Amino acid sequence: MTALLLLLLTPLLGGLTLALLRPLNLAGWLNLAVSLLTLGAAVWLAWLVATVGVIAGPYFRVDAFNVYLVVLTAFVGVTTSIFSRPYMRHVCASGKISARSMRVYHSMYQAFMLTMLLALTTDNLGVLWVAVEGATLATVLLVSLYRTPEAVEAAWKYFILCGVGIALALFGTVLTYFAAQHVMADPAAGLTWSALYERAHELNPTVMRIAFVFLLVGYGTKVGLVPMHQWLPDAHSEGPTPMSAVLSGLLLNVALYAVVRVKMLVDGSLATTATPHLAGALLMGFGLVSFVVAGLFLHRQRDIKRMFSYSSIEHMGLMTFAFGLGGPLATFGALLHMLVHSLTKSAIFVTVGHATHLAGTQAIDQIRGLIRTQPAIGWSLLLGVVAIAGFPPFGVFTSEFLLLTATMQSQPWFAVVLLTGLAVAFAGLFRHLHPMVYGPAPEGQQPVQANLLPVFIHLGLVLWLGLSIPDFLAVWLDRATQLITGMHLL
Amino acid sequence: MTLTVLTLLQQFVLLLAALVLFLSFVLLAQPRLIAAIHLFAWQGALIAAVTLTVALAGHAHHLYFSALLTLVLKALLIPWMLHRLVRRLGLERHTEALRWPALAMMAGVALVIFSYWLVVPMVEQGLAFTRNIVAVSLAVVLIGLLMMVLRQQAVAQVLGFMSMENGLFLAAVSATAGMPLVVELGVAFDVLVAMVLFGVFFFQIRESIDSLDVDRLNRLTETVDNEDLIQ
Repeated sequence: MTALLLLLLTPLLGGLTLALLRPLNLAGWLNLAVSLLTLGAAVWLAWLVATVGVIAGPYFRVDAFNVYLVVLTAFVGVTTSIFSRPYMRHVCASGKISARSMRVYHSMYQAFMLTMLLALTTDNLGVLWVAVEGATLATVLLVSLYRTPEAVEAAWKYFILCGVGIALALFGTVLTYFAAQHVMADPAAGLTWSALYERAHELNPTVMRIAFVFLLVGYGTKVGLVPMHQWLPDAHSEGPTPMSAVLSGLLLNVALYAVVRVKMLVDGSLATTATPHLAGALLMGFGLVSFVVAGLFLHRQRDIKRMFSYSSIEHMGLMTFAFGLGGPLATFGALLHMLVHSLTKSAIFVTVGHATHLAGTQAIDQIRGLIRTQPAIGWSLLLGVVAIAGFPPFGVFTSEFLLLTATMQSQPWFAVVLLTGLAVAFAGLFRHLHPMVYGPAPEGQQPVQANLLPVFIHLGLVLWLGLSIPDFLAVWLDRATQLITGMHLL
Repeated sequence: MTLTVLTLLQQFVLLLAALVLFLSFVLLAQPRLIAAIHLFAWQGALIAAVTLTVALAGHAHHLYFSALLTLVLKALLIPWMLHRLVRRLGLERHTEALRWPALAMMAGVALVIFSYWLVVPMVEQGLAFTRNIVAVSLAVVLIGLLMMVLRQQAVAQVLGFMSMENGLFLAAVSATAGMPLVVELGVAFDVLVAMVLFGVFFFQIRESIDSLDVDRLNRLTETVDNEDLIQ
C-alpha cells in the first residue's frame, strides 16, 4: 500500500510544486526527478506484485495486467522528461511560449502522469472514468500551448470529441452500475471491478450488451479507433513534441486497458447467451477498420508528426483486433505489442522532435538529408521506422508474428487482411522516410544540439525484446494473459 | 404499459424527468444565448429536484449531499460562469437561429424514439420504471450531442455538452439511486475543471479566428489544402 501511495502522491505533489516554481532551469530538473521517483515507486510496486500476487485495497487493485502498464507508463514518463528538459528550454528560448506557459507545461505533465497511473491502479469503474477524463483535461491546454490558430483548433477538436466520447463512456458506466444493483449485496460496491468480475455471470446480459457499446465508443474515442479518431492526428501534430510522445505511448494504451477491463466483465455476463463473443467481435471489427484505414491514410500525409500519429492509430487498431480475437496467444501478443509499440513510438516522436528542430518545419517535403547533416538523428529515425514497420530483429516483429500466428489459427481469412495492411503501412512509411533521411540536404542546414539518450534506451530495449524476451517478463505477461483469458500460454 | 402501476413517487420522478427532456428540446431551439443559459440552469435545478425526491423516498443520506452538489454546480455555479464569460466576451445580444428548426426538432424526436427502441429489450425484465428513466436520460444525452453538431457557436456547443452531462446525472441518480460518493465528487470536479478550461478556450479561439464561430476552425483537414483549391 505504501508503494501505491508513493506512486500516486509523487506526481500529485510534484505537479503542485511545479505549478508554483518559477526558475525554469530548476523546473526541468525537478520534473525529471519527480518522474524518476515515480518510476522507483512503480518498480517497487511491481516487485511487490511479483512476490505477493495481487495487491488489493478498498479502491485499488494492482495485478499482473496493470502493473506492467504502470511500470511502462512511469518509464516512458522518465525518458520523455529527459528529452523534454532541453527541448522545452529551446522552445522557450526561441520565444514560441512564455515562462508562464512553461509552468503550465511542467505542472500538467505531472498531472497527466497522475491521471494515467490512477486510471491503471484503480479498481473502481467510476474512478477509472474520472481519471481518463482527467487525462483529457490535463493535456488539452498543452495541445494549444503554442497558441497558433492550428494549435487552438486542434485543442478544441480534441476537447470536444474526447469530451463527448467520454460522456458516452460514463453512460455505459452508469448502465453497468444499474446492472450491478440487482446482483450485488452491497449496492455501493456496484462499480468495484473485482467484485463485479466475480459475479459477472449474474449481470443482466441485455443491459451489459448496451453498456458495452457505449463504453467501447467512449473509451474507443480515446484509443483513436476509426471513425472516432479525428482528434488524434491534430492533437499529436500541433502539441509540443514531448506531449506527442506521451500521448501516443501512454494515453492510447490506458484507454485500451479500460476497454479490455470492461470486455472481461461483458464476456462473463454474455457467456451463457446466444452471442457469447459479441464484445470480441465488436473489438475485432473496430480494430480491423482502424488498422486498414490508418494504413491507407499514411500515404497522403504531408506533416511528419501527423504521419506517425496515423501509424499509432494503425497499431492501436491491431491491438484492439487482437484483444477481440481473444485466446492466450493473441492476448499475449497484444500485451507484448502494447509494450514495444509504446517504446518505439515514443522514441520516434523524440527523434522527430529533433528532426523538425533541425529542418525548422514539420512539412515532410522540406525535411531532407538528415543523415548527411546529422547522422545520429538520421539513423535514429531510420531505425525507429524500421522497428515500427515490424522488421526483424526488433520487438515489434515478434509481437506482430505472434498476432499473425494467432489469427491464422482461428480466423485464417483475417490474416490476409492483416498482411496486406502491414504491407500498405510499410510502403506508406518508407515512401516518405527515404527522401527525408537520404535526400540531398538543403544548403545551410546546420546540426542541432540533440539529446538522443532516450531514443537509444528505447530502441535498445525493443531490440532486446526482439532477440530474446527475458524470463521474468515472459512470466509476467503470461500471468496477465492468464488473468484476461483464464488460460496460460507458457 | 400503464403509468398507474407505478408508485406515486415514481410517477413524480418521471414527471420531473419528462420536464428535463422538454427543456432539452427548448434548449435545442433557443436562439438567444443568455436565454439558453437560463434554460440550462433550470434543467440543472430539475435534476437536483429529482435527486432530492429520490433521497427523501429512499432515506439515502448521501443523496441529500448529492442533490445539494447538483444544485450548486449545475443550477448556480456553471450558469453563473457562463453568464460571466458571455458578458466578458460581449455576446449578451448574440442570437443564432438554427438553419432548419423544424428538421432539428424532428431529429430530436427521432432520437427519443431511438432511445426507447434501444431499451425495449429491458421491458421483459419488468423494469418499466427504469426503462422510462434510462430512455429519457439517454434521449437528453443524445439531444445534447445533436445540439453540439447543429450549433456553430462555441458557447452554444458548450451548453450542449453540459446538457449531455445533465442527462448522465439524471441516469445516475434515478436509475441506480446514486453513484458512490467518491465517483460523484470526481465527476463533479471534472465537469468544473472542464468548464474553467472551456472559458480559457473561448478567449484563445477568439484571439485566433476573431470570432467564436467554430465552423471557421477548418485549417486541419485530410482533404486537399485550401490554398491548392484557390490556385
